[in-house]
Amino acid sequence: MTARLRSLLPVLAAPVLALVMAVAVTTLVLLIAGDPVLLVWQTILSRPDPRNIVNIINAGAVLYLSGIAAAIGFRMKLFNIGVDGQYRIAAFVAAWVAGQAWLPGVLNTVLALLAAVLVGALWAGIAGVLRVTRGVHEVISTIMLNFTATFLVAYLLRKVAVTRGNLISTEPVPTGGRVPGVALIPGTPEEVYGLVVLSVVVGVAYGVMLSRTRFGFELRATGQSPTAAMASGISVKRMTVVAMLLSGAVAGLIGMPLLFGEYYSYGVTFQPGLGFAGIAVALLGRNHPVGVAFGAVLFAYLDEQGNKLQIFADVSPELVLIVQGVIVMSVVIAYESVQRYVLHREEKLVGAALGTDEGVRP
Amino acid sequence: MTVIPQQERPAGATRAKAWTWPRVLLAVGVTLVAVAALRAVTDAEQIFTSGTLRTAVAAAVPIGLAGLGGLWSERAGVINIGLEGMMILGTWGAGYGGYVWGPWGAVVLGMVCGALGGLLHAMATVSFGVDHIVSGVAINIIALGAAQYLAALAFTGLPQGGPTQSPPIPSLPNVTVPGISEAALWLEDRGWFALSELGALLAAVTTSVSALTVVALALFAATAYLLWHTAFGLRLRSCGENPVAAESLGVSVYLYKYVAITVSGAMAGLGGAFLAIVAAGIYRDGQTGGRGYIGLASMIFGNWRPSGVLTGAGLFGYTETLGLRSGPASVHALLLLLGLGLVVIALWQLARRRPAVSGIAMALGLLVVWIYLVTDVVPAEFTSLTPYITTLLVLSLAAQRLRPPAGIGGRYRRGEVM
Repeated sequence: MTARLRSLLPVLAAPVLALVMAVAVTTLVLLIAGDPVLLVWQTILSRPDPRNIVNIINAGAVLYLSGIAAAIGFRMKLFNIGVDGQYRIAAFVAAWVAGQAWLPGVLNTVLALLAAVLVGALWAGIAGVLRVTRGVHEVISTIMLNFTATFLVAYLLRKVAVTRGNLISTEPVPTGGRVPGVALIPGTPEEVYGLVVLSVVVGVAYGVMLSRTRFGFELRATGQSPTAAMASGISVKRMTVVAMLLSGAVAGLIGMPLLFGEYYSYGVTFQPGLGFAGIAVALLGRNHPVGVAFGAVLFAYLDEQGNKLQIFADVSPELVLIVQGVIVMSVVIAYESVQRYVLHREEKLVGAALGTDEGVRP
Repeated sequence: MTVIPQQERPAGATRAKAWTWPRVLLAVGVTLVAVAALRAVTDAEQIFTSGTLRTAVAAAVPIGLAGLGGLWSERAGVINIGLEGMMILGTWGAGYGGYVWGPWGAVVLGMVCGALGGLLHAMATVSFGVDHIVSGVAINIIALGAAQYLAALAFTGLPQGGPTQSPPIPSLPNVTVPGISEAALWLEDRGWFALSELGALLAAVTTSVSALTVVALALFAATAYLLWHTAFGLRLRSCGENPVAAESLGVSVYLYKYVAITVSGAMAGLGGAFLAIVAAGIYRDGQTGGRGYIGLASMIFGNWRPSGVLTGAGLFGYTETLGLRSGPASVHALLLLLGLGLVVIALWQLARRRPAVSGIAMALGLLVVWIYLVTDVVPAEFTSLTPYITTLLVLSLAAQRLRPPAGIGGRYRRGEVM
């Protein structure tokens, strides 16, 4: 076994271990509840139709943005729990801007996207600034900002809304500003959102930023040891604010594929809960650009297949939430355990090399 | 690892001063006079009636119980974001327990379900060394799914039940203190400055109070006693301050953390059960509405102390009620009180030579007073915002004075140095 493979093994072992654990726990839940275990797994693992695949790609792309937004913060141990509030307030403002149609056609869309990025960044920035100037922990401030966003958006929506049927929403995006879908998957009239390209761009940018730029290095360094980072001249305060701004900027984009590809306006039915799912996806993918993509697709797949549970197995689709939660929990537990095992083994190796039986603590 | 940054404390701002009886009475007295004055100069009669206050108490109890749960966990050094999930489990437990065994069964099963959530958190954070916030987030996801899945499984087809709601839970008895209740109501009706407000307050806590509210208050007292006046509590808190030192003194840190987090879950579960049994009389999907997070905020607001948590929960419960019950006019009146209060804080901070804090408070205070003068009502959404803005304000004005347990959020392994 080469050294590279040996170092990669634990990284791959953890997710596999986690999936096994998640399947085992869910099966146990089903057994206790007296639901048809085999039928449930058959339904979840059945081959998705082309229509389902399109839905998985769309939902996965949106979740991926959410996951990256959370991952940017997590990379430097900054827990941006507020992705949810950031994306909702940004989606609302972007929808309003797009609906006003100040600029023609594509320019209007670009303007709305910029507005979304800006608003998302600012909303997250509040938490960043409070953290570095007043010492307010970001978990608490972002949770409070989530609630604040909820009520603020409700209030503003009521102020600017137009009535469509018996629902209220912002002024719809004019036809010229909408982003057409792409018929990527044959065999279904459903189309993949045009703005799925946003996820690709953000993913690549995140990957490059993390491994190829000085900022990415400083971000990772600050996450691993703030004291060491500070000693080497990195301004941790500045990093905190910038990371929060970036995280919020990406969070602002989450709602955009939905806004310009499906809803065309922001109303009370605009998809909720994406922010929290993103946190889970980021944890699942260990904040790695590729890992988060796997996590996002897995979650989207489970969501889509879960919709069939009610029809085929007479089981409530909320089962999928349990599966997802258990996967997240198992991944982190598995990763900790594998890491501890690796550490333990290295200690043994070092101990053996030094001629002491018990090994040494690093 | 998430360690809440300990900034340098300014001189003079040492630990929060003890809540002695004269202090508490003074605070209550000042509040009563302020409210009475507000009722005299505005037409917001509803802001301090026994009815409003009784609703406020009912709204405060679940928040307070969640906060108390957070206190148990964090005093043992483990951050508990999973309170919301444990509360959700509690609501389901109450719905099912109430259907099978009646109201007290609902209470017990709600606590047990919450405790199971706590146990999971303990297992992940203590035994496996998972980051506390990560584990909490995962628990919130699992609990949401579990409660909805179990509800669909257990309640579908039951009389008046359905996939998203339980059959009605039989209600718990109400407690009225004879004598005091009548006297207080009589006093409230007189309309005497400040004395009637005292009557309203007394009437609210002595007239048809749910038995579960009494239990919750008893838990607050029991927590304060257990954690600060027994050897058990000292050991538990030492695990939160410095687990390595605790270990060297022979404390079984793992055991204490497990106990603390499980109790934490039970408290949050009871908070959820209260929502189901007392507030709604039924389990419903999404019943908690983020109260677990507000509980967490009330704990921080309360500086990790039972009396503080109680105050914070009371304040949040009161603002929540005000928006629902007495309408936009009342909240509008309260703006005046808030604005003037901020101005007073600003002057006080100025006297203590802290111009920055003073400036922020003064600007905010004048802004609030200005809003009061130029508007007539406060939109309902802004009323709902109150607890969250309050928390942010308190944290940004007083974060340096808060004193979280020193070892919070850290990963402790037996036999290792942190």
